[in-house]
This record gives sequence, C-alpha cells and structure tokens, in this order.
Amino acid sequence: MDFTFIKQVIPLYTEAAWLTMHIALIGILLSLIVGLICALILYYRIPVLRTITSCYIELSRNTPLLIQLFFLYFALPNVGIKLSGVQCCIIGLTFLGGSYMEETFRSALDTVGKVQIESGQCIGLTRAQIMRYIVLPQAVSVSIPGFCANVMFLIKETSVFSIVAVADLMYVAKDLIGLYYKTDEALLLLALSYFILLLPVSMLASYAERRLRYAQFGNT
Amino acid sequence: MLSSEILDAVSTSFSVFFQGKNFIRLLMGLWVTISIAAVSVVLSIFFGTIFGMIMTIKNRVVRILSKIYLEFMRIMPQLVLLFLAYYGLTRSLGISLSGETASILVFTLWGTAEMGDLVRGALQSVPRHQYESGMAIGLTNRQIFCHIVLPQTLRLLVPMSMNLVTRMIKTTSLVVFVGVIEVVKIGQQIIEGNRLKVPTCSIAVYAVIFFMYFFVCWVFSLLANILEKRQKE
Repeated sequence: MDFTFIKQVIPLYTEAAWLTMHIALIGILLSLIVGLICALILYYRIPVLRTITSCYIELSRNTPLLIQLFFLYFALPNVGIKLSGVQCCIIGLTFLGGSYMEETFRSALDTVGKVQIESGQCIGLTRAQIMRYIVLPQAVSVSIPGFCANVMFLIKETSVFSIVAVADLMYVAKDLIGLYYKTDEALLLLALSYFILLLPVSMLASYAERRLRYAQFGNT
Repeated sequence: MLSSEILDAVSTSFSVFFQGKNFIRLLMGLWVTISIAAVSVVLSIFFGTIFGMIMTIKNRVVRILSKIYLEFMRIMPQLVLLFLAYYGLTRSLGISLSGETASILVFTLWGTAEMGDLVRGALQSVPRHQYESGMAIGLTNRQIFCHIVLPQTLRLLVPMSMNLVTRMIKTTSLVVFVGVIEVVKIGQQIIEGNRLKVPTCSIAVYAVIFFMYFFVCWVFSLLANILEKRQKE
C-alpha cells in the first residue's frame, strides 16, 4: 500500500463522489415525482394513461440501466437527439427509478383500507381532500422503508455511469489503474467511498423499518 | 432533422441485421449472457438456501458474521465487486480469473446473500405454533421440516426468487466491463464493422439489445406475477 499516493488521490475521489451524489439526488427526486404520478394514474384507473403507464413500467423494470444508457448515449444522436453524459444519466436513472418508486407507492396506497376512504366520503370530503388528508399521509409513512431501499438501489446503479464518460467513482478508479498501475489503492478507495456513501442510507433504512413495525404492531 | 430523414435513418439502420450472420451473432452473445446468469442463479439458489438456514441459527457469532456478509454484499455495487474480483484478486493474490469465472463468482456471492435473506424471511414467517403442533403429534424434526415448514416456505419463496432471477439477469449486463464477449460487445463489434456502410446502425443494434433483455426478463416477471396471484388465492 502506497499511502502517500492514497493521500494524493483522495481529492479526486471526493470530487467524483460529489458528482455521483449530485446526479443521484436529481435522479431520485425526479423518479419520486414520476413514481407518484404513475402510482396515482394506476390507483385511479385513468383509462388510456393507465395502459401507457403499465407499458412503461414493464419496459423499465425488465431492462438494465446499462443498456438504457447505451441507447440514450450512442443510439439517439443518429436521430438528431444529442444528450450530454450527465443528461443521459439523469434521464436513465429517472426512467429506471420511476417504476421502482411507483411499485412502492402503489403497494403503500393499497394498504390504506377501504373503510378509511368511505369514512372520508361520509363526512363529505371531496376526492382530492380524501387523497390529501387521509390516503397520502398513511401511504407515505408505509412506503418509507421501500423508498429507502429504492434510494440505495439507485445509488448503487450509478456505478455504471462511467460508460457514458461521466467522471464518477468508477471512472476515477479505472483511470488510476490505467495510469499508475495502483490497482490495490484505487480499488480500496473505490470500495471505501461506496461504503461511506451507502452505509448511512442502509442504516437509515433499517431504522425506518423498525420504527414502522413499531408503529404498526407495537412492541415487537 | 426532418421527420422523414429520421424515419429513413432508422429503417436503413435495421438493414444490418439482414447482412451476413449479424443477427445470429447477436443471439450467440445473448446466449453467453444467459448462460452466465443461469449458472450463477443455480449456484446462488443452492448456496442461498444453506445460507438462509445458517442465518436462522440462534448463535451470536454466526448471526454477526452472516449479518456482516449480507450487509457487505448489499452495500457494494455489483460492478465494484466485479472489479475487486477481476483486477483486485489478480493484483494482490496473483489469482488470475477469466472474465466469465470472475463474474460467475461475484454473482454467486451476491446472489447467495440476497437469496439467503429471502430464505431466512420465509423460514421465520412460519409461525411457531406450526412447529409446536408438529411436535405435539409426535413428528420428528426432519418430518416437521419436510412436511410442515418446507411446503409453506416454498410457496412464499418461489415468486420472490423469480424477482431475484430477473434482477440477476439484468445485472449480468455488467460483465461487458470485465472483457467478456457478450451481447453488448458483439453489438459494438457490429456497429464498428458497419461504421462506413451503415453509419446509423447503432440505433438498431442498441434497440434490439434493449428488447432482447426485455423479453428474457419479462418472461420471468410474468411467471412471478402468475405465481404470486396463485399464492394469494
């Protein structure tokens, strides 16, 4: 292990980590919005949009992010759509994450009992009010563990971004291996950086799950 | 670009598949991907079942060790694990693995962790009174496991492991990073070969690869859906 080398290249890794987190954050926020819209479309069974949404979900759940990125980055310029690497990553992550978020939201919406909705109707709330004050608050709290798992999954998926020339952690590690033959150091730092990024999310996820189980079943 | 030009570019780009053996080659590449996925799936179901049973053992040391293994495999992106196995092992221990072996090793280790967690969850979901009722009517431990626990866990486990299979097939696309000649690599070769004759062929090649992955995974997703519905009935 060459510790002076490690000290020298740590700034490269932190920069790459910031870029990864930046893209991941935008992607996660956008996929949250997409997921919520899709879940509501499927929940209310809106005729035509419903078919389109389920097609989108099947497509995005059954294809790897890597192939989606290849298509966006290398194939689309042929029909006149030129996207930068970062744009591709954000679109790809949103395309992938949207369906995962949708799945979480929809199963959470289904857990809200029919009694709750009917009680809302009884006291004369409108459909929007029932959604806003009764269904959504309950569904959101149920979906938090699933949401955390999705966040972790999406951050892990960012590791393929180097394929579209975005200087993420993987890209820096490959660069250092190629330039200096410092394989051990580069890989150690790579693994460490992902640990630092993902361990808090993982811990938060299990904490949320425990809290939720406590809220639902009491002391278990 | 005009829309007619776009249509023209797309339709000419698909002509690469009618030249020579391009489409057959792409299918062969898909076969490499699928066989890597199949070997790792079979191995991880086998080891995952054992790992899941180990995780239910009430021993502090075993529990902590398996927890660490599970968390490590969950936190590390599969691509990082691939790099560790392919470059790291060669460099630090002198074990030189081929791309295929490294990817099967990594996917098996990862799949074992994920499958083990599913098995653990399924085993623990069998209520305690089921075991106790078995004991009360005088069954042996083995009989309780074979006739009471196993049927109930399998019914839970099969749809969930189908989802894991789709995830593993999707993850197999990463093997292109460690130099395995699979569907994406062959697609790139076809694109390079037709760079001058059909400059827009990348759109056709990547679209076809996209749908190849889609259909392979979709079959398993449909199967999982059917099984899940049947389980609810």
